[in-house]
Amino acid sequence: MLELYGTTLRSQLLLGSARYPSPAILREAVRAAGAEVVTVSLRRESGGERAGQGFWGLIRELGVRVLPNTAGCHSVKEAVTTAHMAREVFGTPWIKLEVIGEDDTLQPDVFGLTEAARLLAAEGFQVFPYTTEDLVVAERLLEAGCRVLMPWGAPIGSGRGLNNLYGLRALRAHFPRVPLVIDAGLGLPSHAAQALELGFDAVLINTAIAQARDPVQMAGAFAQAVAAGAAARAAGPIEARDFATPSTPVIGTAFRG
Amino acid sequence: MKIQVNGAWREVSSAELAGALADLGYGEAVVSTALNGEFVAVQARSATPLTDGDRLEVLAPMQGG
Repeated sequence: MLELYGTTLRSQLLLGSARYPSPAILREAVRAAGAEVVTVSLRRESGGERAGQGFWGLIRELGVRVLPNTAGCHSVKEAVTTAHMAREVFGTPWIKLEVIGEDDTLQPDVFGLTEAARLLAAEGFQVFPYTTEDLVVAERLLEAGCRVLMPWGAPIGSGRGLNNLYGLRALRAHFPRVPLVIDAGLGLPSHAAQALELGFDAVLINTAIAQARDPVQMAGAFAQAVAAGAAARAAGPIEARDFATPSTPVIGTAFRG
Repeated sequence: MKIQVNGAWREVSSAELAGALADLGYGEAVVSTALNGEFVAVQARSATPLTDGDRLEVLAPMQGG
């Protein structure tokens, strides 16, 4: 079970809605993932084409909870204005806050992020900040009013998995009661399982599913990996050690003494 | 008057935002608006005057990660 801003969710797999081959495949992937939360965005709409209206119809039909993002925003002002626009259109106080600081890595501008989070939380938004694993930034975001953190695993869309295991473990250990969702950079179900095994509360996956050869099958694979990782965490994994310990009892071993 | 709509210059006849959106063909579409970088809520549109050279953003739901 996962609790985000007082909302209890069964699924620990959040799904992005971008880059699928077709709306029908997106719909099937959401079902195969068992996702209850789907991220969405806002883009310029033409009065003639109205591309966004059909997409919004599809999302409403799925009956999932939406998590709007501020993707593409590079300043506090852009992110805050986009958050207001998203709250009106999507009718939710949830906002996945992205303030991008660097275009090659899409690394968050953690200074702008903290400032925007403070402004939005004060206005009643429930902010999901896309951040790094930096402990001090995490502390500042919590002080700003965030009750969920979304650290990156690796740069968005890179599929590299958990790039800084030490940093992420430290983050988990440092904030044992804050819901932590790995937001970006996972490429394989094993990465998602690893995140859950380390004690992260959920993962958000987009590109790894949407761009797979078979997105629906991959969505199912991620769902199984997340369930396995969560079960393993609950079961209490053993600690890794440097030397062998025999798994077969040594007492009574033949031919010794 | 001429205003910039999503980065392109457009001619609108209405002097307020709700009317301009109708002029531009948005009708009943689910969109959100920002004028000169400031969010304008649906209920404030008809009371929001436009002036020549204004920059209007009209955004709609879209796929996102």
